[in-house]
Amino acid sequence: MFGYYVELAVRSLRRNPVLTGLMVLAIAVGIGTSMTTLTVMHLLSGDPLPGRSEHLHYVQVTPYPQDATPTHPSEVMDYRSAMDLWKAKRADQQALLVGSTIKVHVPASTSPPLLLSMLSTHADFFTMFAAPFEYGGAWTAEDDEKHARVAVISSDLNHRLFRGENSIGKIIRLRDSDVRIVGVLKPWRPSPLFYDVYGGRMAHGDTSDFYGKVEDVMTPFQSGLEINDGNFVQFTCWQLPPSPGHLQDAPCLWVRLWVRLQDDAKVAAYRRFVADYAAQQKAQGRFRHDLTAVPSLMEWMTSNRVVPGDVRLQVWLAFAFLAICLCNTVGLLLAKFLRRGADFSVRRALGATRGAVVMQCLVETGVIGVAGGLLGWLFTLAGLWLVRQQPVPYADMVRLDASMFMTTFVLAVTTSLLAGALPAIRAGRVAPALHLKTL
Amino acid sequence: MRTHPIFAALRHHRLATTLIVLQIALACAVMCNACSLIAARWQTMQLVTGIDEASLGTLYLSGFEPGRANDLNARMVAGLRAIPGVTAVNVVNTVPFSHGAGTVGVTLDAAGQREGGVVDVYPGTPGTLEALGIRIVEGRSPGAEDYRPVGDFFPSQANVLITRAAADHMWPGVSPLGKEIFVDKNHFRVIGVMEHLSIARPGSMGPEETDWSVFAPSLAGPTLAGTYVIRAKPGDLPAVMHKARAAVTALAPDAVLIRENSDSLPALRAAHFANDRAMMSLLVGIIVTLLLVTALGIVGLASFWVQRRRKQIGIRRAIGASRRDIVQYFQLENFFIVSMGIGAGVLLAYAASLTLMHFYEVPLLPPWYLAVGGATLWLLGQLAVLGPALRAAAVPPVVATRAG
Repeated sequence: MFGYYVELAVRSLRRNPVLTGLMVLAIAVGIGTSMTTLTVMHLLSGDPLPGRSEHLHYVQVTPYPQDATPTHPSEVMDYRSAMDLWKAKRADQQALLVGSTIKVHVPASTSPPLLLSMLSTHADFFTMFAAPFEYGGAWTAEDDEKHARVAVISSDLNHRLFRGENSIGKIIRLRDSDVRIVGVLKPWRPSPLFYDVYGGRMAHGDTSDFYGKVEDVMTPFQSGLEINDGNFVQFTCWQLPPSPGHLQDAPCLWVRLWVRLQDDAKVAAYRRFVADYAAQQKAQGRFRHDLTAVPSLMEWMTSNRVVPGDVRLQVWLAFAFLAICLCNTVGLLLAKFLRRGADFSVRRALGATRGAVVMQCLVETGVIGVAGGLLGWLFTLAGLWLVRQQPVPYADMVRLDASMFMTTFVLAVTTSLLAGALPAIRAGRVAPALHLKTL
Repeated sequence: MRTHPIFAALRHHRLATTLIVLQIALACAVMCNACSLIAARWQTMQLVTGIDEASLGTLYLSGFEPGRANDLNARMVAGLRAIPGVTAVNVVNTVPFSHGAGTVGVTLDAAGQREGGVVDVYPGTPGTLEALGIRIVEGRSPGAEDYRPVGDFFPSQANVLITRAAADHMWPGVSPLGKEIFVDKNHFRVIGVMEHLSIARPGSMGPEETDWSVFAPSLAGPTLAGTYVIRAKPGDLPAVMHKARAAVTALAPDAVLIRENSDSLPALRAAHFANDRAMMSLLVGIIVTLLLVTALGIVGLASFWVQRRRKQIGIRRAIGASRRDIVQYFQLENFFIVSMGIGAGVLLAYAASLTLMHFYEVPLLPPWYLAVGGATLWLLGQLAVLGPALRAAAVPPVVATRAG
């Protein structure tokens, strides 16, 4: 019976190509816009480290000495608090992070120096965040201790400097210091670049920079501070730093601490530890406030409102648009089915039940849905291509993955069945006698 | 024309009428709010920087050692001045639309108790104000003796100029001339008021704070180096900037040119607002498609009604209605439907606007947007229904006499 309905549907749709075209187009445009924005949303709001993120936590205390009681702890830490908490080693793994820009040069190369982003962190960073290596690996805790002149470089930089070859053991010059490459990352593009997310609450929704690329050069924490001394930029200071760019003893916030806590008991214990630390610092007069927090990775993403305001707005717009297209389709289907009252009357008179007529109509709308989904999929691809042309840091990541591809068709068919339900029920209620009389 | 039969017919087709009314209401709400968002973006993009953007370009160099800064400044300024068409080269910390620098919270007393606000302080070498084309509306421009060496960030004691907006915020209703500003241990005294000078990264602060800037007359030195503002005739500017960027390799092999911050001001402005422009074109695209879909919906439904009522139309024609009466019937019917849609749309639009206000920095929908939106939809409805209505008018009276 189903096959027969499909055949009927196709025949009926071909009888009115303009009306059919309009309905398919309306659904396709609605699906195209919604799926484009949903795909971007899906990409930007996802978990950057599935299966791991629940064990990763960001640590916050409140060194900033403001008068009013703050509603949130400080976004980042001063050097001393960060070092105290890191040195205590109370978590399963811990790493301090500081970013800066640095001049990079390959000795004995004639190409001009590059100004690149550098991340200075601890050895735990790579295992904690599951950074994938192409060649070599992370430096060791001993390298951290000895302030070793070693570096891990990004896949991008390895391609730029060494044409993607195994560059382990090669020397690059960071400012005036020669460092040895011990590891080369595989292409790694967490979305968002979660470990560099902070300050989102002050970003007025303009958070697309959270989706940038991983740093090109990574060095042990203390090695980085020594090599690039004088070039560190604070998140904020409560007094001008005594010597610009050297912030170890400055009244400034600039260091971040990430920890891995394997189970809930450890999270609770670590939260207590941080709270005790803050209380102790307050008692000593170094802190004015003892507000602390240890949010999990996803909690931290949420409180930073990582998904840009523009993207949220686009999703709302797209769904309003889909609703309008849906209204349009319902109206057109209603017109179409009512016009075919005579056909349905004949079927009813020959013994078809109401349900059979409704079923026939639903199959017809389902066919429209599949056609709309196919066209909508093309529109989605076109829409995503347009997004890739936008000047946003996440443009290169925008792709339709398998799950979103399936969603496109599910959404299209659901939408059209939803649109067809009301007209179909109406068509089922046609009184056969009235129509047969006029035939 | 009597309206009673129209309402009777609409009551008969309640479901179809509701659908089209709903569609128009949604379209009205989305369109009005999209327009208000476009207006907000447009306003952001009209930002007044207070400088002669059309004649200015900037270069931003980094990666050099502070010890070589004086030498770098000398080489760069001399080298850039030698480019034909360049009329001025000055050392600054940044310019609007380039990189952020010099953003500090200032206080109005030495103890640091009375907060003045967060401003951008621009140190600049002699001639910078003239090169930038900043208008001074009160007080005086700095004399040669006012230009002081820069300490860690700014001159420690300086006679500065402040923007009107910042002055009005710090000392409302009082002349700012002679007033003092403190940045930690640095001490500034106001000698002049600039009409406008926007902060370096507009959009990083609220809309009021965008014009809160201070110009500190300074001498180039180790901490004021690497950023240059170049003035040329607007026509020469693209060629001049091209040559200037190319010259850096020879002039400063020890430094790295930050390309994204080194361009003419019109180009940097365009890059700064690229996102806003993209969002605006997206919103315009949405509105156009929306109107198109709505028009198609009206055409589809009206055509259907015309076909269903062929017999009634024939009867009306047979008993004396003119073609014009038939056209008017459908036009009036459409007018009522669209009006109902707009009525519901106004409520929806305000509900959406209140939600948007909560999440984005947009004002409540001004009523005239709804007026314009409504008028557009009325016009669109009339245009869309015209075709089916004319087809209805073409129904010959003889249809009434036929069976079926």
